Order: sequence, then C-alpha cells, then structure tokens
Amino acid sequence: MKNLASKSHGARRRVALIAAIAVLAAGTSACSLLSMVGVVAKRPAESEFGLGPRVSANQKYTATLQPREPLRLRRLQTVPVRITDAAGRPVEQARIAVDGGMPEHLHGLPTQPRLGRSLGNGVYELDGVRFSMGGWWEFKLAIESPAGADSVTFNLSL
Amino acid sequence: MIRHACLAAALLASAAAHAGPAAPGTEHHAFHEALALSIEGVGPVPPDPGNRWADDAAAADLGHKLFFDARLSANGKVSCATCHDPAKEFQDGVPLAKGVGTTDRRTMPVAGTAHSPFLFWDGRKDSQWAQALGPLESAVEHGGSRAQYAHVVAAHYRRDYERVFGALPDLRGVPAAAGPVADPAARAAWERMPQGQRDAVTGVFVNVGKAIAAYERHLQPAASRFDRFAAEWKRTGTQPKDVLSADERAGFALFVGKANCTECHNGPLFTNNEFHNTGVPRRAGLPEDHGRLPAVAGVRADEFNCRSRWSDAKPGECKELEFLAPASAAQERAFKVPSLRNVAERSPYMHAGQFVTLAQVLVHYNRAPSAPAGRTELRPLGLSAAELGQLEAFLRSLSGGIDAPAKYRSAP
Repeated sequence: MKNLASKSHGARRRVALIAAIAVLAAGTSACSLLSMVGVVAKRPAESEFGLGPRVSANQKYTATLQPREPLRLRRLQTVPVRITDAAGRPVEQARIAVDGGMPEHLHGLPTQPRLGRSLGNGVYELDGVRFSMGGWWEFKLAIESPAGADSVTFNLSL
Repeated sequence: MIRHACLAAALLASAAAHAGPAAPGTEHHAFHEALALSIEGVGPVPPDPGNRWADDAAAADLGHKLFFDARLSANGKVSCATCHDPAKEFQDGVPLAKGVGTTDRRTMPVAGTAHSPFLFWDGRKDSQWAQALGPLESAVEHGGSRAQYAHVVAAHYRRDYERVFGALPDLRGVPAAAGPVADPAARAAWERMPQGQRDAVTGVFVNVGKAIAAYERHLQPAASRFDRFAAEWKRTGTQPKDVLSADERAGFALFVGKANCTECHNGPLFTNNEFHNTGVPRRAGLPEDHGRLPAVAGVRADEFNCRSRWSDAKPGECKELEFLAPASAAQERAFKVPSLRNVAERSPYMHAGQFVTLAQVLVHYNRAPSAPAGRTELRPLGLSAAELGQLEAFLRSLSGGIDAPAKYRSAP
C-alpha cells in the first residue's frame, strides 16, 4: 500500500458513480449508459493510493488508517482510523459512517462496516471491513463532529 | 540450497512487508500470488458459532449416515449424495440438479464450504447446517417435510441421535408428512399442529442439519499439483520447472496476471466467497434468476440463520449477518464465485450448467459479453487462443481430489 494523500479525483468520481447507480436503479442498461457518457471510473495515479494521512474534501479533517496488520483480502477485519482537525488536534466525539466500493466494477463494499470503539486520541475502530477482490477500492468516511461534517476518500490497492 | 532458502526468505519478507501487491508481471508478484493461492493457507475450518456440534465426532458420524440416507426424501430415492456424489467430487455432473424433480440450478460442490460465510449460488443461507436444511424441504430436491424426517430419525437413528443431542421429543400424534413446504397437504397438516409440537419437530430437523454440517466440515479439497509447485517454489526460492508443464506455468502467469482471475478467484480456495455478475447467459426454459439480489433479504429473514432461535450462536457471534451489506443494484444476477479447486472434474459450469467445457468458460471470460440483466463486471481480456489453452492447462493442475477421513469418502 503506497502512501499518500490528496483529494483531487474524488468529487468527479463520486458524481460519476452516483449517476451510474441512479441509472442502474432505474433499470436502464448500465452498459449502454456507460458507453454513452463514459463514466467508468479511471484508476487514480499511484500517488493517490494509501492509508493516509488524507485530507477531507473541505479540509476539516485529516484521517489516517492504522490497521494493526496489513489489510487483507476476504477477512472480516477491524480497521482503526485516526482523525485530526485542521489544526492537527485529535478529534473526539466523532461519528463516522463508512462507504466505498470498486469504481471499476460499480459495486460497493461487500459488507457494511460500522463505527466501533473509540480508543481515544482521535482513534476509532471501524468494524466489519472486508475487501473481497484484488484491485482498486475506494474507502470513504463521512465524518461528523462538533467541528462539522466532511468526508474523506481513501484509494486502496488490495 | 542456502542461497535458495535465503532468496525464498527474502521474497517472503518482502511480500509481508508490502501492504499492497507487488508489481504485476514480476517474478516477485507471481511468487506472492502462488503463496496466496497455495492450499497451505487454508488453515483449519473456522468455527461455526451457530452449531455447537460442528466439531463433535459423533455428530459427524450421524451426519455421514444421514447424508447418504434416501429415506430422507419424498420418494425414498433421494439423499444428499444423490446430487453430491462422492465419486464425482461430491457433485453430479449435470447442468441442473435432479432430485425428486429438477431444480433451476447446478449442484454446488461441498468440499471446502465450511470456509464459506454464505451458501448456495445466491448465498441465501449463512451456515452449512442451514444450507443442508434447504434441499430437504425443496419440492424438487428431497421433496419431503420436517415431520417426515423427524420420524425417520426416530425410527432409524434414535440411539445415534440421542447420544449427540439428547432425548428425542415425543412424536406421537405428529403427522407423517408436515412442514412449511410447497405440498398443500403437508403444509395444511403443519398448520394444524400446535406450536409446541411444531417446535419439537423443527428442533429435530435442525439437528439433522447440524449433524450433516458436522460431517461436511470434514470434506476439504486436497492438495493439487499446483500446490506442490507453490510449495517447491517457497522451499527453494526458485520457480520449479519440473512440477507444472510450460503451458501450465504460462497459464498460472496469466491467471495471476492479465487474465485478472485472482480479482475474484483469490486465496487458497480460489474464491473470494463473494457474488458477482459475470454476464453468464440465461439457460433456456428457466425462470428469471436474480441471483444474490433477493437473497440478501432472504438470509436476513431466514428461519435458520445465525441469529435465529435455532442457532447456538451467542449475541455478537453472527458477524457476517451483522455486517451484511444491504441489497444493491450491483447484486442483480450476481452469483457465488465457486472455488476452482478440482474445477476440471466438475463440468458443466456456471450456476445453471450453461457451459460444458472449461474452454467455453474461458472464451466467455475473454469476450465479456453483456449480462442478460444487471451489469457484467467482466472486461474483455484480449487473450489469444494459445493463452486460453494455457489458462485451461493451469486450471487442470488444480485437481487433487477430496481430503477427508477414509470413512467419510463413501457411503457408511
């Protein structure tokens, strides 16, 4: 897993993904849509991949995934994440929702991970994380705290 | 030798240190992938918290007998082994399973399913014991009812049963055929039974499933020539040239490389245990099959799931259900990724036996046609005929038979 941080492609990909999912839900042929508007997401540059630190879309937070062992395929795992605010202080009392998936495959995470224990110092456990396929995954955290709501997307290569 | 061992150690250390995969196409990547696919990584079967007898030897012995007993069917001719034939790697070799009738899907292999969180092509069951109960009450598989099966247990397995599960309930007054099944008479009889009597019958039925599961946990895929290849590579640090043929080795490189097979067929059982739409064509004459999509709600509501009253799991032990993702459009016509171990012995292929040969399967994956419904996850591979032949050769190196105690490899 290579390090690094940035948020550049996130918004565009999200729009594309939402559009594709909306049409899927409406029952239209996904393939025809995809070829029409070309929304198959493009894998980001290698510099976009990694466990972080990664800055949230509106710069409210910086998040760093801190798995106790390397992320692995197939295993149901708990992944700690450390959240700091714009000043670098640990964020306590955060609420975190997890989403994500494989943009190249147009499917979401195989499980629905949830916020688990708060370990203090801005570190939270995310329970029920699984990556089922090799390849590019987006791992998205929607973070809420007294500092406000923001989201951060990690690109992970399994 | 020392040099080889050092190289292997260095490669292993490197593989462990990288959180991500090595660069595809490199020897390091291929080595990493060979180890990840090797049967050495399977490990012991995971616990089944819902079945407290999962590892009970007497339960497995009873399950072995039940697995082969055709009295557990409407016509006295269908046992689990009818479709899960031990002479055929515990499957039947036909496109659609035939019990008392014909099903809409291909029989799945049994070996290694103890490692699978969700069972069936659509994952509508979350344990081996819950899975085993499905066909027993299917109108086209065993075709019987839980009351009938409870009577079979009482008549023929009382001692074996009571040794494991304790006293059988009093079945006097229980109709010969009764259960929540399609047969109108058996269903009506079930609905007339008092709740306590129904629970007693269901309790016996559930234990039949748990005993069969205890047996099935002993059925595992055995090491193949590929595993010898991987083990030798690990031992020496050099890709061996005398275990797999040149075509098989080239097929392995494609499998872990540009054919993208390990996106789904990963890990020591060659499956990620997930569900994907790969654009498999419909089989003529069958009703629309939505695959995983409806089964997500199905397993949540299943009478015998890990959280049900019939499960032995404690609160917090049903992790798979707890973190089960909600149904989504991507699950339309998504089907279970089967293990590829012994795949060459298991024609025909796909969830309704749509392809007869491995070559046909590979042509399908190479072309990546549109899905009949939903969206295929495949992308065209652009492989040559020679490369497809190499991939097939590699797949044939995954045959190793079944690893099980000798007494469990055939009928008792």
